[in-house]
Amino acid sequence: MNKIVEMEFFSENVAKIVLEAPDIANSRKAGHFVIIRLNEKGERIPLTIADGDSEKGTITLVVQKVGVTSAKLLAMKAGEEILDVVGPLGHPTHIENYGTVLCAGGGVGVAPMLPIIKALKEAGNKVISVLAGRTKELIILEDEVKKHSDEVIIMTDDGSYGKKGLVTAGMEEVIQREKVNKAVVIGPAIMMKFGSLTTKKYNIPTEVSLNTIMVDGTGMCGACRVSVGGRTKFVCVDGPEFDAFQVDWNEMMMRMGAYKTQEHEAYEKYLKTVETVA
Amino acid sequence: MENIIAEYIKEGRSDAWRAELRKSMKAKERTSLERVQMPEQDPLVRNKNIIEVNLGVTEQMAVAEAHRCLDCPQPTCTVGCPVGINIPKFIKKIETKDFLGAAAVIKETNALPAVCGRVCPQEKQCELSCFYTDKLHATPIAIGHLERFAADYERNSGKMNIPEVAKSNGIKVAVVGSGPSGLAAAGDLAKFGYDVTVFEALHEIGGVLKYGIPEFRLPNDIVDVEIENMRKMGIKFRTNFIVGKTASFEDLRAQGFQAFFVGSGAGLPRFMNIPGENYNGIFSSNEYLTRVNLMKAAHEEYDTPVLIGKNVAVIGGGNTAMDSVRTSKRLGAKRSMIIYRSSLEEMPARVEEVHHAMAEEIEFMNLHNPVEYFADENGRVNKMRVQKMKLGEPDASGRRRPIPIEGSEFDIEVDTVVVAVGVSPNPIVPSSLKNLKMTDWGTIVVNKETMQSSISDIFAGGDIVRGGATVILAMGDGRKAAVGIHKYIQEKIKAS
Ligand SMILES: Cc1cc2nc3c(=O)[nH]c(=O)nc-3n(C[C@H](O)[C@H](O)[C@H](O)COP(=O)(O)OP(=O)(O)OC[C@H]3O[C@@H](n4cnc5c(N)ncnc54)[C@H](O)[C@@H]3O)c2cc1C
Ligand SMILES: Cc1cc2nc3c(=O)[nH]c(=O)nc-3n(C[C@H](O)[C@H](O)[C@H](O)COP(=O)(O)OP(=O)(O)OC[C@H]3O[C@@H](n4cnc5c(N)ncnc54)[C@H](O)[C@@H]3O)c2cc1C
Ligand code: SF4
Ligand code: FES
Repeated sequence: MNKIVEMEFFSENVAKIVLEAPDIANSRKAGHFVIIRLNEKGERIPLTIADGDSEKGTITLVVQKVGVTSAKLLAMKAGEEILDVVGPLGHPTHIENYGTVLCAGGGVGVAPMLPIIKALKEAGNKVISVLAGRTKELIILEDEVKKHSDEVIIMTDDGSYGKKGLVTAGMEEVIQREKVNKAVVIGPAIMMKFGSLTTKKYNIPTEVSLNTIMVDGTGMCGACRVSVGGRTKFVCVDGPEFDAFQVDWNEMMMRMGAYKTQEHEAYEKYLKTVETVA
Repeated sequence: MENIIAEYIKEGRSDAWRAELRKSMKAKERTSLERVQMPEQDPLVRNKNIIEVNLGVTEQMAVAEAHRCLDCPQPTCTVGCPVGINIPKFIKKIETKDFLGAAAVIKETNALPAVCGRVCPQEKQCELSCFYTDKLHATPIAIGHLERFAADYERNSGKMNIPEVAKSNGIKVAVVGSGPSGLAAAGDLAKFGYDVTVFEALHEIGGVLKYGIPEFRLPNDIVDVEIENMRKMGIKFRTNFIVGKTASFEDLRAQGFQAFFVGSGAGLPRFMNIPGENYNGIFSSNEYLTRVNLMKAAHEEYDTPVLIGKNVAVIGGGNTAMDSVRTSKRLGAKRSMIIYRSSLEEMPARVEEVHHAMAEEIEFMNLHNPVEYFADENGRVNKMRVQKMKLGEPDASGRRRPIPIEGSEFDIEVDTVVVAVGVSPNPIVPSSLKNLKMTDWGTIVVNKETMQSSISDIFAGGDIVRGGATVILAMGDGRKAAVGIHKYIQEKIKAS
């Protein structure tokens, strides 16, 4: 049982959740994730640890509502408990002083990016962050990112905030202007694909953090597998971060759609039950 | 070790009640009796439900079967048992209708008889070396059925006895993994008086017994009763705790743990690395069985999804393959088939499971091997290409290896494929301990007598030491390691 100590909504569909998890708070590093199960009948879903406080014994998650489990989670309140939280899982991010690092985060991908930005900055890098979202209210964690970056560029698809355009436009702007030694791109699969095509043009080594479907998160099932460099890798234990240029993006996106029909039906059903209750 | 077991088996054979019982019926008469038939659910009913297939023998059937056993002077059956159960003694207890006594005899050496009676490959162990099989070339005593009977009788009697534990010595010992090896080690360590905590990565206790072996073969209740008893013995369980990740061995040492038993299993699924294997609808058996058994994906009110196939192919010939293919039928598949590269005789699965599967209308395509998968425009598998195989000449070990027949490929329509071609050792523990000595196969190297690894306070057993093996071997290892740990700690205390 892990108690929710704080819940703060960034927008209607994105919230920050601070959770009691003392062991994980102690052992986590940037890039790690947890798997949670809300209750006895719940599914196991992976979520990145966006932040942690080993003294208070808490970890922070930032969750976007995309389906049944994330919706149920965001409907919970501070003081309530999550049945299972296990981690930290995956390899932590490899951090070193590269020089100038371009960190591009899309949507809720900014959450997993935050601890990486912090760690890169602490390691002495110049960090330029590009935050992107469809519209103003989907830009999250702006202040936190600003605190640890040398420069922050904001991009919205509709131009409602920052500059109008896709994340790739913001990335190009930086790359054209100055020497970039390393890039980290985290967000929806399609954004990571095009983001890394951009950096590839300029031969900038690029890391991405893959968000495949998972069950156990300990290497036991293979649900999370994806081809990297022509070989099958398990994202939960071999990743979640990989060399972007080696990832088979089409396969990855295809695999993420495996349960589309079921997910959609389940969500419709869930919305109905919520409506009847209301 | 063998000597100790031989002594233990011999002991008590000359007791008056046993001598009396032997005389009560002529050997000729005993051997002329028919082996008991396990009552089972109708195959075409059971392949649509998840209720246990075998219903268990009745008291009369058990007693009748016990009469067949000759109480041999050299009971060869016991040589086939990896943990040296005193088989004739427990069977003779059944003959006298002392069923609780029978269960107690089994429990002297086997902590989970209700599990082993159901899942041990008896036909390769005790029943293979039974006098009936060995010398009479007749059907062996149904030792497995009797073991299950005694254990079930005890559980249902409400008189299940909680093993006595020595006075607590307050010394903390950690068990990593809650599969059969970990549970067996924990049980014995508690009996010795240690303060035992079992750490489990998943949200459920039981390892493969819970997430792998399906309800229709091993009901979860049976495992849960055992775990409940272990709690009563004072054993603590911590789920959602991955040793090496949530906390390191060093962290746990700092918390006062004096020794570790690692029973982390061989949980990593292998794939064949053939083209198209990452299409949707292709699962490892672990994923398929975990979704259904652990996450209860087939139940409407649970959130985890599973793809329900019409045409399901399961690749492999072991217990895992049988469990997967029979699960697919129960989920509603029209056609469920086993695709195995070798012949029926070579299949490593328990013979009973193969027979049960056949009766449940599972198709067997032996001497076939997949070479490639194809998918529709959404990436869902819709076809597989298989190649025919033939058996080669016996090699030095007498095994006939399958060899592909060139040009024999053909396609089969499938929408779900389950790959059950084996597992590799779980690397989480080894990768968190730099100095741990490992084999080239990723298993932990241990001293075979004490189960001690190259790091003195770490002991290991079960699949992490053997690669994919069996429940009973895993349990045997756990018990041996408990003795090893006990000695190690006592010596350390003496030295200090
Ligand atoms: C290592 C890792 C870290 C992650 N970190 C975060 C995080 O910090 N915050 C966060 O909000 N999400 C994160 N995700 C994604 C998160 O796990 C999914 O959003 C969640 O599983 C969706 O569950 P659901 O039941 O709400 O939706 P579902 O009904 O399962 O899915 C609804 C929609 O979401 C898509 N989807 C399903 N699974 C995933 C997935 N694993 N990743 C992305 N989209 C998915 C589906 O294609 C579908 O369109 C992470 C995923 C991984 C693998
Ligand atoms: C589907 C299937 C059917 C089978 N059928 C039979 C059968 O009929 N008869 C038979 O004899 N055998 C059968 N087997 C094999 C048998 O189940 C195994 O040999 C046995 O379970 C091994 O026991 P174990 O204790 O070594 O490991 P496991 O049962 O694999 O348990 C290991 C446990 O350790 C946990 N773990 C791993 N790493 C860590 C860590 N770092 N921290 C905490 N916990 C950790 C895992 O989550 C797991 O729960 C079957 C196996 C499968 C998969
Ligand atoms: S070998 Fe067979 S007949 Fe002899 S004691 Fe063992 S089970 Fe009974
Ligand atoms: S989530 Fe099961 S192996 Fe990665």
